[in-house]
This record gives sequence, structure tokens and C-alpha cells, in this order.
Amino acid sequence: MTDLTRLSAADLSILLTSGAVSSVEATQAHLDHIAAVDTDVHAFLHVAGASALAAAAAVDAQRAAGAVLGPLAGVPIAIKDVLATRDMPSTAGSKILEGWIPPYDATVVRLVREAGLIPLGKTNMDEFAMGSSTEFSAYGPTHNPWDLDRIPGGSGGGSAAAVSAFEAPLALGSDTGGSIRQPAAVTGSVGVKPTYGGVSRYGAIALASSLDQVGPVSRTVYDAALLHDVLSGHDPLDSTSLTDRWPSMAAAAIAGRVDGALTGVRIGVVKELSGPGFQPGVLQRFNETLAMLVAAGAEIEEVSAPSFEYAVAAYYLILPAEASSNLARFDSVRFGIRVDPEEGPLTSERVMAATRDAGFGPEVKRRIILGTYALSAGYYDAYYGSAQKVRTLIQRDFDAAFEKVDVLLSPSAPTTAFKFGEKMDDPMAMYLNDVTTIPANLAGIPGMSLPMGLAPEDGLPVGLQVMAPAKQDARLYTFGAAVEQLLEAHWGHTLLSLAPKLAPTEMFASEGGAV
Amino acid sequence: MSEITAEQVAHLANLARIDLSPEEITRLTAELGQIVDSVAKVAEVATPDVPATSHPMPLTNVFRADVVVPSLSVEEALSGSTDRDGDKFRVPAILDEE
Repeated sequence: MTDLTRLSAADLSILLTSGAVSSVEATQAHLDHIAAVDTDVHAFLHVAGASALAAAAAVDAQRAAGAVLGPLAGVPIAIKDVLATRDMPSTAGSKILEGWIPPYDATVVRLVREAGLIPLGKTNMDEFAMGSSTEFSAYGPTHNPWDLDRIPGGSGGGSAAAVSAFEAPLALGSDTGGSIRQPAAVTGSVGVKPTYGGVSRYGAIALASSLDQVGPVSRTVYDAALLHDVLSGHDPLDSTSLTDRWPSMAAAAIAGRVDGALTGVRIGVVKELSGPGFQPGVLQRFNETLAMLVAAGAEIEEVSAPSFEYAVAAYYLILPAEASSNLARFDSVRFGIRVDPEEGPLTSERVMAATRDAGFGPEVKRRIILGTYALSAGYYDAYYGSAQKVRTLIQRDFDAAFEKVDVLLSPSAPTTAFKFGEKMDDPMAMYLNDVTTIPANLAGIPGMSLPMGLAPEDGLPVGLQVMAPAKQDARLYTFGAAVEQLLEAHWGHTLLSLAPKLAPTEMFASEGGAV
Repeated sequence: MSEITAEQVAHLANLARIDLSPEEITRLTAELGQIVDSVAKVAEVATPDVPATSHPMPLTNVFRADVVVPSLSVEEALSGSTDRDGDKFRVPAILDEE
């Protein structure tokens, strides 16, 4: 019997469509695997269980009745806890929203359900997506399946760990400064941040509204494309949603597998994103990949993006400024917990302040205070105003680069997965993890991370970041699928097949009679 | 070094409605100073001739037709509240007695 949890979403889809496997069987296999390994990995904050099986049974019944279903109907999916789900708690990794069950679905959740995907549960994340390691989750960190003593990246470490631990073939993520791409890099999986406005943000609990974007998390480029096709499109409930008609990302990925797909592709290597401060093994795998691309017929040129040096600084002004406004909604009245002050009169203001003190963790407080500072009178022009100008300069750098090249490449993250606690006491060191991914968010362009090998010094996954001009998401999939095929042909296997096998926890093993 | 003081952090916390402890204020004062020193470099290149970008993909006049569409029911809207009075949110006193 095939282990259904090891299949790609595309391969599982073939078995489901032919009737060889039912969605209930596939869903049960994933729930069993979650029960076996998630005590160690902790990718999930909530597992759907019975409701997932009910949704799977409904898809099976539709299929049996002869309904025409989409390619991902019956395929399980994990959902980042930042997305509102009307049948599951949605906490965004924060105590302030503990137990909150929203009265509505995020648009992407609705689309996923309508396409027949089976929500398995909600995945762990840094509180309100503020972090690069999941160590700032109020519910404890997620562990990297490659080494349980290391971080899975963040903020979407739960979604990345879920797919790389084979707990789900697909997941939803959100990317404000790298929260899809950096976890993909350090877990050996695939993640895509679409063009800003390409996917609806309605029902995504807002961090920084001008930067946030929901996107697919998977183990293969083609699987990400299939999910991207479900997610993209105009949503009148999100006033920043683009009205463009999008080409099929799945078709774009298939085009990348054709012989010669890399011939003549003009690749730009961003000088500022591959130098000092990067781990040697990360640079080694990056340079090897570039050499393989040249051998496959691509043309490589170094491009300079001088303003990128200021990207992290601009980001850590714009993000806290927007976050401090967005998080003002947590006022103890409409949703979330309420904590009354220990003494003194019960006024709305004092209850709100006590609630936010008890409900927000240290990183959220840090960023709200920083954002409040950046927006205050007398500092606004020097900080927030200047950061918005840097944003213009970064867009200009991208525009100049994309006049010369088709795609831009860099390592997805400067290092492989680090150990828990390594950067917890140094906010700026943690912020610099996102130096590679932040420019794409500031400019609104799409970006992808896919695995490009293991770093020789520690045997941990290294990610390749691909960036394309705004609205050219399809180009990411064509190029990404071509690179993935090139690398896997060279290795003779997928990168994730090298991940250590996770041992079932004792509790589960004894239930199964194994001990 | 930046000029952030503990008094300033306490004031910001009050504006942001977070009841920080004295220990948190001390820690945040030091951390904020370091962070602000690092991010202040944006001013080096933000010259007057550079326009600001607030939004990566600017859209204007995003309207919809003025028609009634389904919305949350009263029960749904109140479902996440910690306190209610019939069909309304109940909140503590808005004004301090002082």
C-alpha cells in the first residue's frame, strides 16, 4: 500500500480522480500521521479531526455522484492560524485571541473549501506573524522536521513544517517580509509570495496591510501552482485586490519541464543579497546552482540594487507603524480575551490596557511601541516618511534590474535553520534573517523559495529565491519548475526524501501496539 | 545613540493602551534605542526629490455598487464578545470619573 502522506498533491489527485483512493482514506492517513509525529513537531495548533473526515466524505459522495471536481478536490490542506475559519479557532498565535472562532471564513479559506480541499487544521506561527522562528508563538514553537532542536523559520513555521513533515501535502501561508519563503528555505519545502493584490487578504488577520500577502506552501513547484490557481483572483471584499485575469500557474509550471526551458533565460544575481553575512554553505549551494543554470543554457549577469541596503531598516519602520494601527482593534470588546485591571476603576481604557498587557507577547509589544513611536508627531517625517521614500528607491532598483533580466535570484535566507534561543535576545539579529525576502514585499513583486540542496557544514536545507516583476507570477512557476527538475535530476531524488524519518511518539506507538 | 527615555516609552505604552510593567519599560527602552539607531539610516537616502510610496500596487477609486449584500447576523457579530446586553456589546465606562 502506498503511503498516501508521501505523495505530492498532484499525484494524490490522480489517485483520487481515478477512484483508486478515497478522500476519507487520504485524510485519515494524514490525521494518523499528525497524531504520530506532531507531538514532536508541533506544526498544528488545532487539528480538525472529525470535521475533516466529514468534508472528505462529502467530496467522495460528490465524486461518486459523477460531479466534475477541480484537480485538488479531496486533497488535504493545512491552514495558517492567521486566516479566519468559521469552524476552527483562529488565534494568529496570540493569547489575546485564544479560543476565538470567527463568524466568517477568509476568502482564501472559502476558495479552498469550494475547490474541495480538506482543511486538516490550523498551523502554528509567530504571534501575529511577527517573527522568523515561531519562537514568538504564544503556544510554544514549532520544531524543524530536519532537526527538532532547530527553528522551522517564521512566521509560517507551522505550515512549512506541516508539509515537510508529510503531515499535509499543501498549506496556506502569509508573507509580510518572508514568512512563506524563509520557512520554506529552512525546511526544504516550496513557498510562494504572490504579487501584492493577486490573492485576497480578506479574513487574514492583518499585520501590515501594505505588505501582507497570502500564498501557497507545498513540497513541489507544481503543487504550489495548483494551489495558487485556486487562491488567485479579484475579491471585492479586499479593496487592494487586483482585477487582473491571471494565467494558469499550473500550465506555467508544466511549461518549465519542457526541454530547453532554461535556454536563453536572463538571470540577474543581486550583488547585495549574496555576500558577507551569508553562511558559506548557503553561498556554495547558490553558486553551484548558478553554474548548473549556465550549463543548462541560461545567461547570468550580476545586478546591483544599492537601495536594498536600506530595506530592512525601512521595513522595520513601515511594518511596526502599520501593525500598531491594525492591532488597535484588539480592545477586549468585540473578540478575544478581556482582562480587568487588578485595582482601580473599570473604564474601557483601563480594561483595554490590562487586556493588551496580558494578551500580547514581547515581540508584539515591542513592535507596537516602535510603530507608535515612528508615527508620533515630530518623528513621522524622519522615520515613517523616510521609510516610504526608501520603498520608492527599492522599486526603482527592481525596475532597473528587470529591464535587463527575466528573473532575479538570491539565497532565500542568509543561513540554514538556527537553534532555538540563538537570536531571542537580540531583536536586530532576528530581523536580519529577512534581509533577502523583505525587498520583494516592499516592492509588491512575487517571490518563490525552492530547495537547492543541503549546506555541507550542517546538512540542513538551503533555499533558492526567485523573484519576477509584478504580475509575472507565472514566470516564477515556469522558471521554478525548470530549476527543480534540473536539481532533482542531478540529485536523483527530491531533497525532502533525505529528511530524517520522524519517530512516532510513544503514546501513539503504544496505541498501535508497537511497544 | 538615540534619545529614547523610559518616560517616553511609558508615554508610548499609554498611547498604545498597553499596561506595561516597570521591568518591561526598562527593557523596551534599551531595545528600542538599539532598533531606532539601526533603522534611522533610512534618512541617509530619503532626499526631498524622492516621492514616498505608501502602497506597492496603487489603486484608486475602488468602489462597489451601492446595493445591500449579505452581512453578519447580530448573533454572529456578537459571537466573539466577552460581554453583551441583548443585541449590543456591553463595554465598561467610557469616561473616567475624574
